[in-house]
Amino acid sequence: MSDIKETLLNKYTEFEKSLNGQTGSPSHLARKAAIEKFEVLGLPGPKTEEYKYTHLTRLLGKEIDLGLTAQESKLSREEIEKFHFPHDEANVLYFVNGYYKSELSRILSPESELKISDLHSAFKNHEEDVQEIYGKYLNHEDSFAALNTALSNQGVFINVEKNKVLSHPIIIYSITDTSVDTPVYYPRNIFQIGKNSQAKIIETFQTHGNGKSFINHASEIIVSESANVEYYKIQEDSEETFRVDNTQVIQYRDSVFNAYAFTFNGRIIRNNLNIRLVDEHCESHMFGLYLLKGKTHVDNHTVVDHEKADSFSNEIYKGILDEKSTGVFNGKIYVRPHAQKTNAFQSNKNILLTDEATINTKPQLEIWANDVKCSHGCTTGQLDEEQMFYLRARGISKENARAILLTAFAEDVLENIKIDFIHEHLHDLIYRRLNN
Amino acid sequence: MLKVKNLCAKIEDNEILKGINLEVKAGEVHAIMGPNGSGKSTLASVLAGKEDFEVTGGSVEYLGKDLLDMAPEERAREGVFLAFQYPVEIPGVTTTNFLKTALNQIREHRGESPLDAVSFLKTIKEKMSLVEMDQSLLNRSLNEGFSGGEKKRNEIFQMAVLEPKLSILDETDSGLDIDALRIVANGVNKLKSKDNATVVVTHYQRLLEYIVPDFVHVLYNGRIVKSGDKSLALELESKGYDWIKEEIGSIA
Repeated sequence: MSDIKETLLNKYTEFEKSLNGQTGSPSHLARKAAIEKFEVLGLPGPKTEEYKYTHLTRLLGKEIDLGLTAQESKLSREEIEKFHFPHDEANVLYFVNGYYKSELSRILSPESELKISDLHSAFKNHEEDVQEIYGKYLNHEDSFAALNTALSNQGVFINVEKNKVLSHPIIIYSITDTSVDTPVYYPRNIFQIGKNSQAKIIETFQTHGNGKSFINHASEIIVSESANVEYYKIQEDSEETFRVDNTQVIQYRDSVFNAYAFTFNGRIIRNNLNIRLVDEHCESHMFGLYLLKGKTHVDNHTVVDHEKADSFSNEIYKGILDEKSTGVFNGKIYVRPHAQKTNAFQSNKNILLTDEATINTKPQLEIWANDVKCSHGCTTGQLDEEQMFYLRARGISKENARAILLTAFAEDVLENIKIDFIHEHLHDLIYRRLNN
Repeated sequence: MLKVKNLCAKIEDNEILKGINLEVKAGEVHAIMGPNGSGKSTLASVLAGKEDFEVTGGSVEYLGKDLLDMAPEERAREGVFLAFQYPVEIPGVTTTNFLKTALNQIREHRGESPLDAVSFLKTIKEKMSLVEMDQSLLNRSLNEGFSGGEKKRNEIFQMAVLEPKLSILDETDSGLDIDALRIVANGVNKLKSKDNATVVVTHYQRLLEYIVPDFVHVLYNGRIVKSGDKSLALELESKGYDWIKEEIGSIA
């Protein structure tokens, strides 16, 4: 394990040399602070509480050479466009192995609404906004997050101007091409949604080929006063993908943030969704659905931190685990001393389809204020035999009955999707998964 | 149509059916009566293919085929219908979608093409009027939050849509007020033809005033101990089940 740490520290030293010309810039200072933090933390070991059920370091060490850097993909335009799903007119961005594909991307919204810059160029050109914001919000107590800040040189900075309702959603395709030597990369996306503005953002993650890969992804989302954001993540990696996703959200007064996370595949997927409600009258919704099979392991850690009074948060995560898949759900709700009149709810429900599938679920409420309403609940069970029999007794095949019941189970999450084409796309993905 | 011979079944270690013999022909209505715990509902469930029960002996022939050899969905596709005593609530599945899937799988089995949305809607509207069911129930989750009467009507409505050959009504009268009972019975009567048969499982004679049986069987302690015509039901109504128990007792 210390070997991996050495490898990563060396990688940083090497990377830092390439930053020639950026030395001393705010982003460089953020990187330095982050790598120092990483040096203290190291990667999570068997005793790290937050990674108790997700033995990521051990498997990464065995299966991935973390000294590697993802090479640019040689996929043709047609091959990349195969990852496209049907959607309405949208601002579309493509990344392959972390590299921005400007020739495939298209921005429809006018610059008065939306400014998009590729992070790689933004760093090079000393773009002030990026310099100022980079690494400011991400929680570096997670060593993967710290590593991302230290090593990331790719991704996108999206700025929605104040008082704008984005005319088109933003769709970001992130494709991992494993036909090049084990892609290992550190994308970073920063979304700044201006005061009183509205934006819908969709990120989809897919893989080309069956090779291994490791993606350490991080996002920072700043939801300004009275802004309204819908943020969707659709994770459809391959069964050989290792992925850590750190998403840090910061919400200001009267803002609304809706997070949706769908996970269908991967070797190990670890999602950390942290939402800080730093001011009053905020509203946050977190919806998650994971449909797992094979040996996939998915770990969703969420934190919603009520720092000020009169905010509302609601979380519904549901899972269907087949074959030998395993899952972890850990949902933390913090209600700080000044966060009176907080309403916070959380629910995690799981269906295990085999005896070998397992889930570890843990709600964690820490409340320092006294006038609050909080609740949480989790259930884990099998398919209801009585319901199965009822459907079959009407002529519906066993496989269809199973798919119908599981789709209905997922519907609690799906019904909250506010974009029709996303709803259809997910229905389609779920239908295909459940009907093989 | 249905030939049950010496059927025995158990759940866990409890022997519940201890040799049932029953023959039902097309066009007939049979009533199976009996005190609580006699095995009536078990018989209905075993015929529909519920896997909780283990068949330990005997045979069931349905339209010349071995019924016990078929999965529940195959039985349904071959025309066996069980109206549940306790219809199951299925949140997130609308009655319409559920019925459409069921009907089209049955049609496929019969070698018919699936119904398109328009013809399907026409069919279900027609059948809903049969049981005076409110259309608003169609788009709600299956049986979720339905009243007892609505659930039972929904069963008969499904029966009307799926057009079975052999219908088994398991305590369809339980929990129904007199108006609902009349509506449900009316629906069943309208669906009756010379080609299909109905088995009515009930504790009380009440339902049989509306659905008039050709044969009445008394099930007691896992066996059919007495068979007769509809007058037997009236006798049971006036005298209760104790005289049957005594009669059996005296034979034993």
